[in-house]
Amino acid sequence: MSDTTSVPTVQVRPPWWHRLPIIQQLRQSVGLQRGMLVAGLVITGIFVVVAIFAPLLAPYGFNQLRGPDGLFGAQQPPSADHLLGTTVGGYDVLSRVIWGAQTALLVILVAIVLSVFLGIALGLLSGYIGGWFDRITIVIADAIYAFPSLLLAIVAAIVISGGQSSLWGGIFAAAVSITVVFIPQYLRVVRAEVLRVKSEAFVESAKVVGASNARIMFRHVLRNSTRTLPLILTLNSSEAILTLAGLGFLGFGIEPSAAAEWGYDLNKSLSDVTSGIWWTSIFPGLAIVLVVLGVTLIGESLNDLADPRLRARRKPAETPGQAVAAEQPAAREELGEVL
Amino acid sequence: MRGGGFWRYLLVRFLLIIPTIFILVTLVFFLMRLTGDPITASLGDRLTPDQLAQRIHDAGYDRPILVQYLEYLGNVFTGNFGSSITDGRPISEILFTYGSATLELVIYSLIVAFIVGIPLGMVAAYFRDRWGDAGLRVFAILSYATPVFFAGLVLKLIFSVWLKVLPVAGRASTRTEIKIQGLDSQTGIYFIDALRTGSSAAVADVLAHAVLPALTLGLLTAGVFLRLVRTNVIGTLSRDYVDAARSRGVGEYRLVRKHALKPALVPIITVIGLQIALLLGGAVLTETTFEWKGLGFQLADYLAKRDFVAVQGIVALLAVIVAVTNFIVDIVAAILDPRVRY
Repeated sequence: MSDTTSVPTVQVRPPWWHRLPIIQQLRQSVGLQRGMLVAGLVITGIFVVVAIFAPLLAPYGFNQLRGPDGLFGAQQPPSADHLLGTTVGGYDVLSRVIWGAQTALLVILVAIVLSVFLGIALGLLSGYIGGWFDRITIVIADAIYAFPSLLLAIVAAIVISGGQSSLWGGIFAAAVSITVVFIPQYLRVVRAEVLRVKSEAFVESAKVVGASNARIMFRHVLRNSTRTLPLILTLNSSEAILTLAGLGFLGFGIEPSAAAEWGYDLNKSLSDVTSGIWWTSIFPGLAIVLVVLGVTLIGESLNDLADPRLRARRKPAETPGQAVAAEQPAAREELGEVL
Repeated sequence: MRGGGFWRYLLVRFLLIIPTIFILVTLVFFLMRLTGDPITASLGDRLTPDQLAQRIHDAGYDRPILVQYLEYLGNVFTGNFGSSITDGRPISEILFTYGSATLELVIYSLIVAFIVGIPLGMVAAYFRDRWGDAGLRVFAILSYATPVFFAGLVLKLIFSVWLKVLPVAGRASTRTEIKIQGLDSQTGIYFIDALRTGSSAAVADVLAHAVLPALTLGLLTAGVFLRLVRTNVIGTLSRDYVDAARSRGVGEYRLVRKHALKPALVPIITVIGLQIALLLGGAVLTETTFEWKGLGFQLADYLAKRDFVAVQGIVALLAVIVAVTNFIVDIVAAILDPRVRY
């Protein structure tokens, strides 16, 4: 206390990176929950690294059919040349699993960017403008939300690509299909927050001072209403992978010559299973499970940490953000509960 | 309190499903037609341009889209969804024939989900943050993280291919199918039909075929139920009245079952209503995995053939089912919990 004269009070505040979304939760968590969060972060980290460095890690190309010794051959069991065997189409399973990570990551990124932008924009407009625009948007969003997401994604995929397509065509088709499904969720959350924030004193005062609508919306409302988004983001990434795999499994995937996609490979392995060929289905399937598991573990931990009922007992909700998040658990099934 | 208010609530909720269905049907119609007319989509590469134009004209797809839309709405209203393009079958017949197969699968899966999910959720809540809880939560997350068709493939590989104890695919063996076809009228629910043939072998056969698909789809849903029951029971277990009951000497088992689970049931039921959408999506994939000839299997088949009239019909029907289920769930929740009101 004696040296407060010259040193500013910065010491009291934790360093800025302690307040970053994931880091903050990591510091806040204890015991089992910290274990879940760390496990999730590690798995997701490995997935991202594999996806980025796929060209270096994969022994062959995703559409490579022949090596120096000629064709790989179809349905070869795991061997030294092909660690995980080859598929019915004669591709190397390991290579396609690795390249598949890249496709999955691209789809997640495009889907999330699109749905965050559109969802936030619509949520802001809907919450801020209110009235008829709000009502119509919400009715449509509710109708879409109640619909089986896979079916909606199928319809969207038909619209966008008529089914089959090239790498980027396929990635965009899958991503946009997923976006259509997600927008209602983002819209709901952002709108609820906007409605809450809108009535706060600082927005009123901004109005009195004469700030423009756009300025109020972005400067005062948006920045205060994005607290629950990291939770939904993780949950939606895992759903994006599952939807992509589901689309691929139903034959709406990306052509094997254009990119590797896990769901498509699983579809092709359906008949293999009956004849006891296990390596063509187990590995792409495990890849999906692991990635979804990793992302879900992060999401679950964030959700638990935001919900005082579920947080491992250590300290009460500190910030208003957490208190709000507690009223709006973002786990998919609970989203419905608060709607 | 109940009286008039409840009936008004029921009426309002009922009226609310109409715009929902309307929006979904409209959305599906316009989205599907954005790609062009269904005839070109399914037959475009097989017919000459002249034949194609003739077929398009016959089916009325060259008229203004709004006229077609109004006609479509009218047809949907009277339950007429048209005929599929590839095999010419009326959509309503397809829906009826295969809908019962999907219904049967969904019922089996719900039974599995309830039996597995709810008790395990209670156990997880009771042993909160201890190892039992951790294990069950990993199970719940795994059941969510595993795509339903991959779970199906693995179960198939283990039980049908390696252990050879259960059939690989289909709803019944050929012999049972023939027996069921021999009945005067079929319900389409094979379990009931098999019972009516009076042959215990047929019943056993039908059930053996149902085990793997039901487990596949049921475990997916069980994970969701488990998480939900856990969260809600944890919430109620920390209430004062539970402590009060414990201090009165109420046993731990009774405490969880009667005092904690019951108040937690209302949110659970509400959410189960939302799960019907997930369940139907999962059914599409499960049916494809096990060649279970229901709506989902047909949907995937028509998708592959690019028969968008059939796709549109099936999708519209599923949308209606979801909307109606949500309505029923809202009503049940209102009856159970006097606080859920109007």
